[in-house]
Amino acid sequence: MSEILKRVDLIFGEYSDQKYKTLEKTIKRPNDDIIKDILDSGLRGRGGAGFPTAMKWKFTMEQPGDEKYVVCNADEGEPGTFKDREILTQVPRKVFAGMAICGKVIGAKKGYMYLRGEYRFMLPELLKEIDVFNTNAQELDIDFTIEIRMGSGAYICGEESALFESMEGKRGEPRNKPPYPTVSGYLSKPTVINNVETFVNVLMICRIGPVQYKKLGTRDSRGSKVFSVSGDTPIAGIYELELGMPLEKFVEEFGDGDTKAVQVGGASGFCVPRKKFKDTIIGFEGVPTGGSMMIFNSSRSMYNVLHNYLDFFEEESCGQCTPCRVGCQQLRKGIEAVKRGDKPITYLEQLMKLSETMKITAKCGLGQSVANSFSSIVNNFKEEMIY
Amino acid sequence: MAANNNNNNLINELVEKYGRDRTSLMPILQGVVEQNNFISDLNMTEIAKELDLSAAQVFGTATFYSFLDTIPRGRFVIRVCKTITCDMHGKKMIIQTLENLLKIKVGETTQDKKFTLLETNCLGWCHKGPSLLINNDVYSELTAEKVHELIAEYMHK
Repeated sequence: MSEILKRVDLIFGEYSDQKYKTLEKTIKRPNDDIIKDILDSGLRGRGGAGFPTAMKWKFTMEQPGDEKYVVCNADEGEPGTFKDREILTQVPRKVFAGMAICGKVIGAKKGYMYLRGEYRFMLPELLKEIDVFNTNAQELDIDFTIEIRMGSGAYICGEESALFESMEGKRGEPRNKPPYPTVSGYLSKPTVINNVETFVNVLMICRIGPVQYKKLGTRDSRGSKVFSVSGDTPIAGIYELELGMPLEKFVEEFGDGDTKAVQVGGASGFCVPRKKFKDTIIGFEGVPTGGSMMIFNSSRSMYNVLHNYLDFFEEESCGQCTPCRVGCQQLRKGIEAVKRGDKPITYLEQLMKLSETMKITAKCGLGQSVANSFSSIVNNFKEEMIY
Repeated sequence: MAANNNNNNLINELVEKYGRDRTSLMPILQGVVEQNNFISDLNMTEIAKELDLSAAQVFGTATFYSFLDTIPRGRFVIRVCKTITCDMHGKKMIIQTLENLLKIKVGETTQDKKFTLLETNCLGWCHKGPSLLINNDVYSELTAEKVHELIAEYMHK
């Protein structure tokens, strides 16, 4: 075990000795102080995009009106990600407490958790925990209740505005931005939507204070992160590690000795080849991740990997905007044609251009991020695309 | 006619439970699938009437989501994860085993309407692939033997 790869016990650490103790203490503090602590901690969203959490909360707090919402995004669908399920299984109370703190700060009385349909089996246990929360909140005189909404098997609903559409009983098609959720979210009301892990981080910042929290991670990537490790590794699973570690150290620890590439951030993230392990930092200053780390060894065909991703995007594209609907399909058909020899090698350049066009013209993060894995795989493993 | 009445009862129950607002549409549709394994055209028009929506709006929502089936499915819907890590760890073999056991292809339902075999995208069990769902229940770290046992168990349900 190397020194740099420290395992942390913040997210999954034990509950405090008394039920909802941190929540009880925190709700007595002024909102501005709480926001300041979160700002000082340097916390950035844990869903993948990495927006500063304090700013999101502040913008929503400053919106007029008393109908606001807190939404917990538990639509964990990114290939290779399974950490939110573990958090919701092990420490659901930390998530609910984080949501309640958010409700107090922004002035919301209602919180929703949008749980992906694939995790329907967790519902009975979660409902029991929500009862515990709602009862405790009442005892603590907190005017905030939590409800669960289920998804039904649509990756795109992890995109925040698509998630609101789904909660509103519509097709999960992303909205135009702006307006952002902080202004117009669920039912067009100001809404804070955060990832499951983000809410736990907020609670832990409130418990240990920003100074202690900041000791974890690097300047640009504060705190710890829960990683979902899978693929060609003898120790696949869920690990809480400090942010800002070099990929090389990660591979040393988790690889099987024959690691060819690591896909950081799931299908919508980046594929890092062996020669770049040394110079790659996992974190916001390097390659960011929502937690997905998929390891491939040299027995894997990167063509098959890319083809699998493109299949995924083609199916999960909501079909609303042309760049994504047609682009995903053409990229898949394109690499198939090059592989068959029906198209020249130079055609790959054209496909790269197409993916770059998708990056700037697609309506939401799905279509915009296909280029991440596409170019990083095609650029680094060109020979595998052809032969 | 009897089937119609049953359907109406189910929709009524769900509407009473979740309300008539459009925000109740997903829970209602999910409730229908839970009960009937799919949402019929008749269900959709009935829901539309109750929620004061057009049938097209209900149809639009229902057909968007891969778990809201709008064609008849078996009592047990098997969804095998086909995303990368499960694929790497033997998803193809799992599908073949299931196809042989159930004597159907992916996308089909057995004649006794007991099983439907489907593929699905990432189930979030990448560290324990290959994995599948049978209705709401997850089975992971699958092998051919495990699949045999599993199907034998469900045959008797």
